[in-house]
Amino acid sequence: MATFIDRRLDGKNKSSVNRQRFIRRFKGQIKKAVTEAMNGRSITDMDSGEKVNIPARDLSEPVFGHGSGGRREAIHPGNREFTPGDRIARPPPGGGGGGSGKGQASDAGEGEDDFVFELSREEFLELFFEDLELPNLVRTQLAKITEFKSVRAGFTSAGAPANIDIVRSLKGALARRMALAAPYTRRLREAEEELRRLLAETPVDAVRVQALVEEIEHLRARARAVPFIDNFDLRYANRVKQAQPTTQAVMFCVMDVSGSMDRARKDLAKRFFTLLYLFLKRNYEKIEVVFIRHHTVAKEVDEQEFFYSRETGGTVVSSALQLMGDIMAERYPVSSWNLYVAQASDGDNWHHDSPACRDILLQRIMPYVRYYSYIEITPDRHQSLWEAYEEVRETHPHFAMRQIDGLADIYPVFRDLFKRRVT
Amino acid sequence: MSSSSLITDSSEWTFPMLDRFNEVIGGIAAEQFGLDTYPNQIEIITAEQMLDAYSSVGMPLGYKHWSYGKQFVLNEKNYRRGQMGLAYEIVINSDPCIAYLMEENTAMMQALVIAHAAYGHNSFFKGNYLFRTWTSADAIIDYLLFARNYVTECEERHGEAEVELFLDSCHALMNYGVDRYKHPAPLSLSEEKQRQHEREDYLQSQINELWRTIPIKPVEAAAERAKRFPSEPQENLLYFIEKNAPLLEPWQRELVRIVRKLGQYFYPQRQTQVMNEGHATFWHYTLMNRLYDENYVNDSFMIEFLQSHTSVIQQLPFDHPYYSGINPYALGFAIFTDIKRICETPTDEDRYWFPDIAGQDWIKTLDFAMRNFKDESFIAQFLSPKVMRDFKLFAVLDDEVQDELEITAIHDDAGYRKLRLALADQYNLGSREPNIQVWNVAYRKDRSLTLRHTRYHCRPLHPETTQEVLKHLHRLWGFTVRMEAVDENGKVELVGECPSARR
Repeated sequence: MATFIDRRLDGKNKSSVNRQRFIRRFKGQIKKAVTEAMNGRSITDMDSGEKVNIPARDLSEPVFGHGSGGRREAIHPGNREFTPGDRIARPPPGGGGGGSGKGQASDAGEGEDDFVFELSREEFLELFFEDLELPNLVRTQLAKITEFKSVRAGFTSAGAPANIDIVRSLKGALARRMALAAPYTRRLREAEEELRRLLAETPVDAVRVQALVEEIEHLRARARAVPFIDNFDLRYANRVKQAQPTTQAVMFCVMDVSGSMDRARKDLAKRFFTLLYLFLKRNYEKIEVVFIRHHTVAKEVDEQEFFYSRETGGTVVSSALQLMGDIMAERYPVSSWNLYVAQASDGDNWHHDSPACRDILLQRIMPYVRYYSYIEITPDRHQSLWEAYEEVRETHPHFAMRQIDGLADIYPVFRDLFKRRVT
Repeated sequence: MSSSSLITDSSEWTFPMLDRFNEVIGGIAAEQFGLDTYPNQIEIITAEQMLDAYSSVGMPLGYKHWSYGKQFVLNEKNYRRGQMGLAYEIVINSDPCIAYLMEENTAMMQALVIAHAAYGHNSFFKGNYLFRTWTSADAIIDYLLFARNYVTECEERHGEAEVELFLDSCHALMNYGVDRYKHPAPLSLSEEKQRQHEREDYLQSQINELWRTIPIKPVEAAAERAKRFPSEPQENLLYFIEKNAPLLEPWQRELVRIVRKLGQYFYPQRQTQVMNEGHATFWHYTLMNRLYDENYVNDSFMIEFLQSHTSVIQQLPFDHPYYSGINPYALGFAIFTDIKRICETPTDEDRYWFPDIAGQDWIKTLDFAMRNFKDESFIAQFLSPKVMRDFKLFAVLDDEVQDELEITAIHDDAGYRKLRLALADQYNLGSREPNIQVWNVAYRKDRSLTLRHTRYHCRPLHPETTQEVLKHLHRLWGFTVRMEAVDENGKVELVGECPSARR
């Protein structure tokens, strides 16, 4: 005899622990894949899962097995033209054909295939943050999905008893009672009218009066039978989930694209920008990103051009700051936008330009922005720009600057920013 | 057709319907065909749960390990991309026999799966000698639970990373953690007597020793010291490690034991693929047809069933682009079906080939075949010329000393025996897996462990994986590990060493 058990409602993520272990074990390879993926992605698109490739040989679980060679006889189905004693050329090794047994053939065949699987959004961000050595608190802040707040949104006819709106429900009940009882009350009015008329007459038509009285009695009963309140009348206050404060922010990415910024430096800058973007995304509903690149002249560009087009030339940082100031004044009034700036450069500047940069910052930019972060990607000693910026930092606490040499140096730039948010 | 006995004409299943199907199928299986089964526990699960079950090799609970995660990720990917359909069922060799049915199946599929798993596989688990000998169906679930908890405990105590590495090493040797033969049963009376005799002799020799005045010859002493360990080669590597590895902690020995037990549990399954699936397929086919004959199901149900059954037993020819070897469902089903045919309507050829079973009662013959064989012996015994002709089997010899492959036998009079022998050999674990045994431990020297691979048909070990496995073995053993190969002439050659000797 059999027992039937319905397990469908049991948990379904029995394997998630093992999945986590798998990911932990191959963190090295997966991380590499994440890094590659991140370079291929737009910075506004960092917030989703990712397909990851791992070479299959890295995750093989070895067991003792036969190699090729030796003497083996294999049986196959579907003979058409062979007769005993036929000789066939040996198929090339690795083709997985005739000679070897099934196990070996498929092993060898699949051996080089990559192992592809998908990382979830959380797993992806986790690995992405790991490079940057973000503290956990910040990680959770960044990875968390927007919080919702439930707000009133009219009424519905279904819901929890706690949400019943009494006034609405009773109004509905009243209307329904009137509507349902209408045929009876109309007839009742007529009958009463007629009865009054009959009673006023002489002689009284006793039979007719009797009939009318009975009818009136009946009609009153029918009208009373209409229920006072019905499920149908109930109205519930409706609540919908709404994303938390819908404020908007604009993020300016400013990067030096003069000849000295090579690929590796741009990658670093990209991470830096991405981090700021993720942070803002967590905190603001709507974000716009403005890319400004500059060498001797500044230009507003799209992301593709920002990161990947090549240009050479000298460096005049103030051109970019000037342009940024113009854009801010023109398109992003402080009254309705939160302004953030991330600037990346190798520190090179035409040295007469640096004081100008400082002045523009102090007058046109710093008063309006929420946070200004500057990274200088260079192993060398600082030049005039750094000194000029240091003056800015002294007077403005929301200005962060850092010289970075590797990925792990990025986070400290944000430390102040996060600290403020967290506490 | 009388509609009164019809169980369903819809493709949606319900629990009462499944109950009815099970009752009818179970009734037919037991009363008309005498199938002996464990009680069934049929569980309905979703596709996600099926994916979970897949990755833990079908076990309802397993200890945590990354390799299961890998399996899961792989299955999930294939499933999501639509490259792989999920199996309609998974059945576990336990008492009660647990069968998983997927929620998405149609009513017909559920009936098919009940017949296939809950009666076909179930009776095989209960009847086949390998399963009877090597697995204890009533204890496996408890053991798995124990293993899971024990591994978790070890992880808490010794760290996940360390336990994981250790389990990796055990897994690498899992296939060599099985006993192929029963260990001697408790001593019988005669053995007890012999032992006592030996004890007497020993005491006697002690006494002699005391009074002995002639000094012991140094040569003898040396010979005494050079006594081999182990005294005879050992084939159960994990058992040997569990009992003899010098440096293992008690918890590590217990982990070795857990992996070994699981290896042992799967050992019969590895040897009875063709039989097990063939038997289950034969019975679902027979039972479903009987359902139809007795008007429990209608024509459309049967058409759907036949379509699904046909795709299960499809055998692609060797030159088909998707060919991946002989389909065990197809081969097993063909052989079992043919046994029935030979019993019922034997031809002269059958009488010549199978004098014992031609014309006999097919139910008894089938039962005998199911109980007493494994793939290798089953094929050697029951593969009939007709099946070989139907499959158009042929044998290809791949010998490294020859430049070309040679067709050595095809499905004709001259080839039947040879084909049958070669096919049986293909399913012989002894030829599929390298024969590796513990040969020697230099226990008075560097404690190095030497394994010996006895080559079968001159087949060498796979060089890279062997080196990898030796590394794992080294982790377990703690001292130098060597692999030697012996060819058919008895020539010994060193094929691997870990850590490799400095030269």
